[in-house]
Amino acid sequence: MGPGVLAKFQLARHRRWLIIAPPLLFLLVFFLIPFGFALTISFAQTAIRVPPYTDVFSMDAHHHLHVAAHLDNYRYLVTDKVYALSYLYSLKTAFFSTLICLLIGYPMAYGISRTSRSTQSILLLIIILPFWTSFLLRVYALEGIIRENGLLNQALLWLGLIREPLKLMHTTTAVYLGIIYSYLPFMVLPLFATLEKLDRTLLEASADLGSPPWRAFLDVTLPLSMPGVIAGSMLVFIPAIGEFVIPTLLGGADNLMIGRVLWDEFFGNRDWPVASAVAVAFLVLLVGPIAIYQHYHSKELEAHA
Amino acid sequence: MNERLPTMLMSVLAIGVALLYIPMLVMIGYSFNASPLVGIWGGFSTHWYRELVRNDQLITAAWLSLRIGFVAATAAMVLGTLAAIALVRFKKFRGRLMLTAMVNAPLVMPEIITGITQLLLLISMLHLFGWPHRGFLTIVLAHVAFCTAYVTVTVQSRLGTADRSLEEAAMDLGSGPVRAFLDTTLPIIAPALASGWLLSFTLSLDDLVISSFVSGPGASTLPMVIFSKVKLGVSPDINALATLIIATVGAGVLIAGVLMRRADQQRLRDLQLAAQ
Repeated sequence: MGPGVLAKFQLARHRRWLIIAPPLLFLLVFFLIPFGFALTISFAQTAIRVPPYTDVFSMDAHHHLHVAAHLDNYRYLVTDKVYALSYLYSLKTAFFSTLICLLIGYPMAYGISRTSRSTQSILLLIIILPFWTSFLLRVYALEGIIRENGLLNQALLWLGLIREPLKLMHTTTAVYLGIIYSYLPFMVLPLFATLEKLDRTLLEASADLGSPPWRAFLDVTLPLSMPGVIAGSMLVFIPAIGEFVIPTLLGGADNLMIGRVLWDEFFGNRDWPVASAVAVAFLVLLVGPIAIYQHYHSKELEAHA
Repeated sequence: MNERLPTMLMSVLAIGVALLYIPMLVMIGYSFNASPLVGIWGGFSTHWYRELVRNDQLITAAWLSLRIGFVAATAAMVLGTLAAIALVRFKKFRGRLMLTAMVNAPLVMPEIITGITQLLLLISMLHLFGWPHRGFLTIVLAHVAFCTAYVTVTVQSRLGTADRSLEEAAMDLGSGPVRAFLDTTLPIIAPALASGWLLSFTLSLDDLVISSFVSGPGASTLPMVIFSKVKLGVSPDINALATLIIATVGAGVLIAGVLMRRADQQRLRDLQLAAQ
């Protein structure tokens, strides 16, 4: 390799940074570094000033760095039961709504995969269309159905199935309905993607060997569609667990999901250090395991491919 | 094959689709209700649409949201595409792992956490440098951060499957690498850029939680105004607004569907011609 070629090569290596640097720097400053701030402030104390917390790091006149880190906020998270309970409550709500989405979404996706190509694309369009409209407005639309004088109660009263309107608004049921209604499309789409690729001849083989259809489903269809089940469940579980809008608009005072607790701590109590500590704990306890799982899961998939 | 199974699947499918659409259809119906009360039909009226046009607060908020969405989606498209090129084309560079993490993390990050951390950054920046004041700019910056991730993921998959031989041919014919990329690969990945932009625009327009944290006094986006109205109870003009949004999106998706179908058929014809 002549010196000219080498110089050109190195120039190209430097020029790569024109492409790499802008997104790297932007995300560093506006996505990653903010977590550093949250971590730092979670060790501060509230104060009546702007911004409303004490400095963790400070310089005195002699340019000595002082660190005033308090563990009070974390101690508070452990001692005040509200936080532990709302974590568990969010986990539970997200888990069961994901499960129900799976139970409804699986037959829907399976049904779509059994239709002709052109019907498939129309059905997928129908499933995805609500996603392009506003999430907030869909939650509001659901409120119109389940409120006391809403369509559901009117229909049930008219049918004579109930004598008094059901109280659904501001209940746990409403929160579940809201999450399922909002996130069902996220479950159907990845499930469809795996079910569509399913090799039908395997089912025929299983039938030829004497398996009843339910057995063929358990032995063939379900295991082969596991990637879709996992992907769909993640897409529902992750936003559900940090959900703020649905428990606030549809839920009652006892539907304390962690997103709502964080919001109230921040805007209601203006206790930013505690809110930061809640965010850090949430990140470590819930987002961390999901990220690690996904990291290893994608490695596993690559290894198989 | 079992005959009952498809019937059962199709009924669940029909019920599922009905459940997705009934609330929206009811909302559309109520938007033409003369009575402001939910559950009582007072006759057909376009009253709430006239009310909507006169609602300055909603119109100002909608205009702000559209501007934020446009700027944020455009910036995210540029940054996200650069990140995708870096991750697909450059196998080894310092910070690769960090960039990978930063474009995947927003997809699994609860909005409320992103919102809080970004506000803490912006407050500290304001404290240290006296800039930026919370409002239009800070909402755009926060939106670009999470939209970039979605663009990167969209463009990455398209770029990964794009054939490089055309680009190599262009370079053999004397084009520089940038020129070769712009002439050959960019047109191939352009649909991914477009869908990344649209996705970002939609996500930005729809965002309530992050905007609520990073916005300042006087900069209320459309979801923020809708949220505060909806929290207080029934507001029939919101029904009218929702109907307009659903109609716009529906028309847009329909047109996109028809265009894509035409493009597919054109491609099929071209292939058949090429094969002859």
